[in-house]
Amino acid sequence: MKHMFKEITLQLLQGFGENLTLFGLTLIMSMPLGLLICFGSMSRFQPLRWLARTYVWIIRGSPLLLQLFIVFYVPGLVFGAPMKNRMMAALVAFVINYSAYFSEIYRGGIESISVGQYEAGHVLSMKRSQVFMRIVLPQVIKRIMPPISNEIITLSKDTSLARVIAVAEVIMVAERFTAKGLVWPLFYTGVFFLLFSGFLTLLFGFIEKKLNYYRG
Amino acid sequence: MFLHVKNIYKKFAHAEVLKGISFSMEQGQALTIIGSSGSGKTTLLRCLNFLETPDSGQIDLKGKCIYDAERDRNCSDVQLRNKRLHFGMVFQQFNLFPQYTALRNLTLAPELLQLERAPRNEQSAIKKKIDEAGRDLLIRVGLADKMDAYPYQLSGGQQQRVAIARALALNPDILCFDEPTSALDPELTGEVLKVIKDLKNEHTTMIIVTHEMGFAEKVSDHVVFMAHGIIEEEGPPEKVFHNPESPLIRSFLQKEDFY
Ligand SMILES: Nc1ncnc2c1ncn2[C@@H]1O[C@H](COP(=O)(O)OP(=O)(O)OP(=O)(O)O)[C@@H](O)[C@H]1O
Ligand SMILES: [Mg+2]
Repeated sequence: MKHMFKEITLQLLQGFGENLTLFGLTLIMSMPLGLLICFGSMSRFQPLRWLARTYVWIIRGSPLLLQLFIVFYVPGLVFGAPMKNRMMAALVAFVINYSAYFSEIYRGGIESISVGQYEAGHVLSMKRSQVFMRIVLPQVIKRIMPPISNEIITLSKDTSLARVIAVAEVIMVAERFTAKGLVWPLFYTGVFFLLFSGFLTLLFGFIEKKLNYYRG
Repeated sequence: MFLHVKNIYKKFAHAEVLKGISFSMEQGQALTIIGSSGSGKTTLLRCLNFLETPDSGQIDLKGKCIYDAERDRNCSDVQLRNKRLHFGMVFQQFNLFPQYTALRNLTLAPELLQLERAPRNEQSAIKKKIDEAGRDLLIRVGLADKMDAYPYQLSGGQQQRVAIARALALNPDILCFDEPTSALDPELTGEVLKVIKDLKNEHTTMIIVTHEMGFAEKVSDHVVFMAHGIIEEEGPPEKVFHNPESPLIRSFLQKEDFY
């Protein structure tokens, strides 16, 4: 029994490794991409703004589950080049999905900074890029930390959706045991998610505290 | 003539806000702009700081044309930045950078500007010099003990004094104030007005938009009264405040409780 528990834990851990990979890679790619989409959605060039906002509307307006299926099946159906790497398909779908959400969080943050901050930078002869990097962005980061943490914790759990295209993530691994009549590993997966989101909560608490050295 | 503003026009979507503004001033003078709400005072200051670009008109500084609408209306960001160096601006709402200390608010822009051109081996010396100049400025505005305070830790009057020091840190030819005390509690206006008076005594060239009529009368060499986008009357304070030609001034001053 003890041996079996250890064996199952190891297998689930391996599955959770997939969740973590998907989680990490999605973050690394969707956070910068979200910023680009955000710039697009705030652009003075109307077609670009329209394009970015339509993208956000479509992605946020449809289920991530459906997006996973589409990314996985459409290349095969339409271009005759099926997705071979399931993890890759999941990653593409997650990056598309999360970049849309992040872009909206960024936009909210950027739009909450008063024009006075930009103008103060401009009259001090700063470059546009300097005004953004030195004045606006640090304030935006502080303001968006709570919604960003929220989104990132949501992502940590959403990674399990990848099982619908048979990425061997932790819940999928657990379901193999369920099929053999062993149900508890399925419930046991919750512990992995809880521990990880607990860690994230502590991490974001720490970052938010660090950013609390000023107000405004 | 130190500054010569010629025939500035500025129109927004529907409203013609400045309809041919011309005035001039000498170095070391304090010029105040008064006038009722909506007369275009802020817009004029914003034009001088190139936060708005005038639709037509010229600005000469020290005998050189620094802005000509014909030539510069669509000028590049780099050109705008160079023009802006001539003017400093103190806003009604202070607009300090909340994430930086008082001292850093002063040193950030000079550092970015000077390090851009400096060779690597001189950078730390330059930073040190800017830092010292920043400290001196904060001492001058009476904030020696607040160098490391963040804006949220300062009173409105202290914040505005930091903002004044920040504008001075780039050594502008002319320092502009847009109602520098309007956002302050009455008991805090005094400390800000005192700093401006001190600057006047040190011969800082200033353009001050204000609703503090008593202060304007005392501090200015020249007063400009604006109404509906034009200069209705101008002259030395004795004339504008006590012997004006335009009947508009008298009713304006009455509203401002000057008499
Ligand atoms: N960006 C803008 N777009 C459209 N109209 C503007 C803009 N900025 C100013 N105005 C208009 O121009 C007019 C003059 O505004 P301005 O702020 O220069 O007046 P002011 O003399 O500074 O008034 P106050 O004493 O209230 O500060 C106002 O009618 C205002 O509505
Ligand atoms: Mg105004």
